[in-house]
Amino acid sequence: MRNTRSTELIFELSKPGCSGAMLPPCDVPLRPVGELLPRDVLAEKPLPLPELSEPDIVRHFVNLSTLNMSVDTHFYPLGSCTMKYNPKRNERIAGMPGFANLHPYQSDDTVQGMLELLYKSQQILAEIAGLPAVSLQPAAGAQGELTALLVAAAYFRDAGIAKSVVLIPDGAHGTNPASAAMAGFDTLPVKSSDDGLIDLDDLRARLDDRVAVLMITNPNTLGIFETRIAEIAEMVHAVGGLVYLDGANMNAILGITRPGDFGADLMHFNPHKTFSGPHGGGGPGAGPIAVAEKLAPYLPSPLVVQQSTGYRLDYDRPMSIGRVRSFFGNVGVLVRMYCYIRSHGPAGLRKISENAVLNANYLLSRVKHILPVPRGDRCMHEFVASAARIKADRDISAMDIVKRLLDYGFHAPTVYFPLIVKEAIMVEPTETESKATLDAFADTLECIIHETREQLHDAPSSTPVSRPDEVQAARQPKLVWKPQA
Amino acid sequence: MSLDPKSLKYTTTHEWIYLEDGPGGAKTATVGVSDFAIQALTDLVHVELPEVGRKLQVGKPLGEVESVKAVSDLYSPVDGEVIAVNQALILPDPKTKSVNFDVLTDDPYGTGWLVKIRVTGGQSELLDYETYKKQCEELE
Amino acid sequence: MPYFLNNADDQRAMLKAIGVESIDDLFAMLPRELRLDRPLDVPPALGELELTSHMSELAAKNDPAGSGICFLGGGSYDHFIPAVVDYIASRSEFVTSYTPYQPEVSQGNLQVLFEYQTLIAQLTGMDYANSSLYDGGSAATEAVLMAMSVTRRPGRVLVAGSVHPDYRQILATYLTNLDVELVTLETPGGTLDEETLRLAANDKTACLLLQQPNFFGCVEKMETLAKIVHAAGAALVTVVDPISLGLLKRPGDAGADIVVAEGQSLGTPMQFGGPYLGILACREQFLRRMPGRLVGQTVDRHGRRCWVLTLQTREQHIRRDKATSNICTNQALLAVRAAIYLATMGPTGLADVANLCLQKAHYAAQRLTATGRLKLAFQQPTFKEFVVRASNGRVDELLAKAQAAGIFAGLPLGRWYPELKDCLLLAVTEKRTKAEIDRLAGILSE
Repeated sequence: MRNTRSTELIFELSKPGCSGAMLPPCDVPLRPVGELLPRDVLAEKPLPLPELSEPDIVRHFVNLSTLNMSVDTHFYPLGSCTMKYNPKRNERIAGMPGFANLHPYQSDDTVQGMLELLYKSQQILAEIAGLPAVSLQPAAGAQGELTALLVAAAYFRDAGIAKSVVLIPDGAHGTNPASAAMAGFDTLPVKSSDDGLIDLDDLRARLDDRVAVLMITNPNTLGIFETRIAEIAEMVHAVGGLVYLDGANMNAILGITRPGDFGADLMHFNPHKTFSGPHGGGGPGAGPIAVAEKLAPYLPSPLVVQQSTGYRLDYDRPMSIGRVRSFFGNVGVLVRMYCYIRSHGPAGLRKISENAVLNANYLLSRVKHILPVPRGDRCMHEFVASAARIKADRDISAMDIVKRLLDYGFHAPTVYFPLIVKEAIMVEPTETESKATLDAFADTLECIIHETREQLHDAPSSTPVSRPDEVQAARQPKLVWKPQA
Repeated sequence: MSLDPKSLKYTTTHEWIYLEDGPGGAKTATVGVSDFAIQALTDLVHVELPEVGRKLQVGKPLGEVESVKAVSDLYSPVDGEVIAVNQALILPDPKTKSVNFDVLTDDPYGTGWLVKIRVTGGQSELLDYETYKKQCEELE
Repeated sequence: MPYFLNNADDQRAMLKAIGVESIDDLFAMLPRELRLDRPLDVPPALGELELTSHMSELAAKNDPAGSGICFLGGGSYDHFIPAVVDYIASRSEFVTSYTPYQPEVSQGNLQVLFEYQTLIAQLTGMDYANSSLYDGGSAATEAVLMAMSVTRRPGRVLVAGSVHPDYRQILATYLTNLDVELVTLETPGGTLDEETLRLAANDKTACLLLQQPNFFGCVEKMETLAKIVHAAGAALVTVVDPISLGLLKRPGDAGADIVVAEGQSLGTPMQFGGPYLGILACREQFLRRMPGRLVGQTVDRHGRRCWVLTLQTREQHIRRDKATSNICTNQALLAVRAAIYLATMGPTGLADVANLCLQKAHYAAQRLTATGRLKLAFQQPTFKEFVVRASNGRVDELLAKAQAAGIFAGLPLGRWYPELKDCLLLAVTEKRTKAEIDRLAGILSE
């Protein structure tokens, strides 16, 4: 039934003379281009872009979209990604011309509604974080991390304190060490103990007065809450260091506990995870950060402030680290975030986490009878199962299992992360799924591990393509289409 | 002709080194990567090596070995100057248009050598075969 | 609450299966003293009708330039967005899918991004492009970091003063904790002068960051400057306006080594500043230092052509502290919009848009300076934007007069360039009509 031409490239569909665009004629007196621009800056030949007509364009891209799994079409339990439902009302509202058509440099008095939304967003995030000062500027979680580390570096530099090291637990997301390196720090790992939490002895051994920041995720990447987090924070503060919370897992603790209250000094949010910003095939997201009062002066510029005359963008921030991106931030994502938070209210926000944790624990209670879940019977909003034993016994890997899930109409969970669990399968159902969906997933997993090794090595067998050759793709990179010679 | 891995010295970062007398009284070091490291990397896709003439510093990166799953820095075990680079790991096979890494996976102590260096100084901590093997076992 | 799917019966059954009495029991491991003992102090919940009213009220307190007569530019532009872009880019499967880590069920995203990478390479004349970075400003910084790494000259970077001031500020912020000498080359005449560059480019210089057309709308002598940069063994990093490439020589044909751009002009609304699209393209020898995701062509186990994320070893989830960059989430959906826009425009459409911008901006410059009350600040050829100086120095008054007539007349430059505090930067896109331009000229020069 599928349209078999749909996977031709637009370059292969191109035909000279076709065009999707019809521009109006020029209504000002036309002057020869050579009079307006010097010859040597002008292109000598037309651009080699494809030539297509609108019906072909629409058919091509709409067909391509049907080759994707998505939250709107499938259960998508990717651990650490929080693939929850993206409310459609937020899309419609964010698209209103009163928001979408604002130029970033319009004067403050022509954008009072937008500034009010952004100011209130700053306040709301501060309340959720338990940290008073917020910057909405970073474009993604990783950029938020970098920004927070730059803020920390500026703080120490300003205080004349020499700090060169960032400590990172061995289960951390890869952006953590990458961000620390970009901010000019050396990184050192902190071990986890057998229960999956930070090894306090190893932490104690690592903590000296060179330590600027301990980066943690709480709940951690195994979905487990660091019960001794207050003690950990005290240890770090005792050597004059700061605690940074990677907020990727905030979906577990909204309205239940707050990073500022358990000892964090800086954190970032992922509105495209926790606050339902759509993932868009990989982006856009946003990465707002919240920091303790003493770090506020170093936040990027500008912030939104409220004065008697109205809301203003405040650029007068002499100790700010500067900017990490152009303009104010990923405002479109923040508008959706604001709508989402306003739709839930205080009780609703808490319900998000309660249901996320309920769903994850229920799924765990079923999955643990199918695959081992190494770190216990309870989790928060996600858990990590392991295919290590089935790999050793039957040569069936985590990858084989999740590829087979695709055949049954489920998107695969995250695999091979965190690194501290062998053959890891990280499952995060989120709160916007029903018990029936979770049961169907668990039933399917049960089926799958009873299938043969051959069936699983061949999986997926019902998708348009199966097991692309990644080695060839890396050895002979073909990253652009080239016309046949 | 493959060198005997038992006769070589190793760095803690998985490079092997073979020292011999070179012209003008200086030593020549042939440097490669151990079989253990190659097996751990799995499918190789790219090797980055320095150009002839480049000055190297002990303990500093001289290149990279990249597989589908991981990238490993290669560290120089000595101070020196690069005098030869294994072209087999850089030049594509004219038939397949891509580099053939078989020499590295099949013969890491022979035709899979990486660089030859004219040694001018310094040496990082070098382990003998038994000590290196023990270190690898501890990592597993 | 419409987003929770379990009723009381479901919850009871689930709690029983888990082996606890209540949901509170699931949070038992949280120490008492860390628990928030009150509801969050955020505004009460709104249903869809109330939310829509509330947001309409907020929207009504804004006067969107893009719905009116907009001559504002400076890196964000009021270009026309064809309906197909919105239509296709709002498909569920594009909006609500994730990063294509499972290629078998992401061939849609992967193929569109492969097409996008190719379109950008074709547009810029470079060998490779990635599948997006956050915005033009941070892309410029990433490109500089690439150049520092490939040339192995991490000590010194040159940037023209005619590059967008916010882009220069981003670069300075990122370089703060790295030991780099960042040198700004002044451009008092509106473009970078060859002699200034020749004196500054030495054997410690990693690259020159140049914008084309630059922040003032002036066209730089890119090819000449490229030769000077290369003679010093450094790389040329250029920030370009993608729309201008409908007319101007491609940076790849003019000597650039790495090209970045702000892709907002390619089918994305202004949205008060984001999300936008960071475009990055480079020559072959920079490929392995290029940050961000890359889509590559390969075959599956049945020999079928397909697409996959590749060279991921440069990325944070594998290289960790040795990654070229820390980027994870990118701007994929905006790259999809750009691909649809470029496919719709094609070479002739893009050339038409560029020509309209060129002609209308020149017409506006002519009309605005006709009475002498406004003069052009620079004597350089310009594209789409230009700077005028008010003879009485009172740009705020001019802007207020225009605003009262419903026109967003331009950007006052004093906040970035003190020596240009009596100047305005105007952008004229294909959307501006002759009548609008004439009206503006009437108001500003009377």
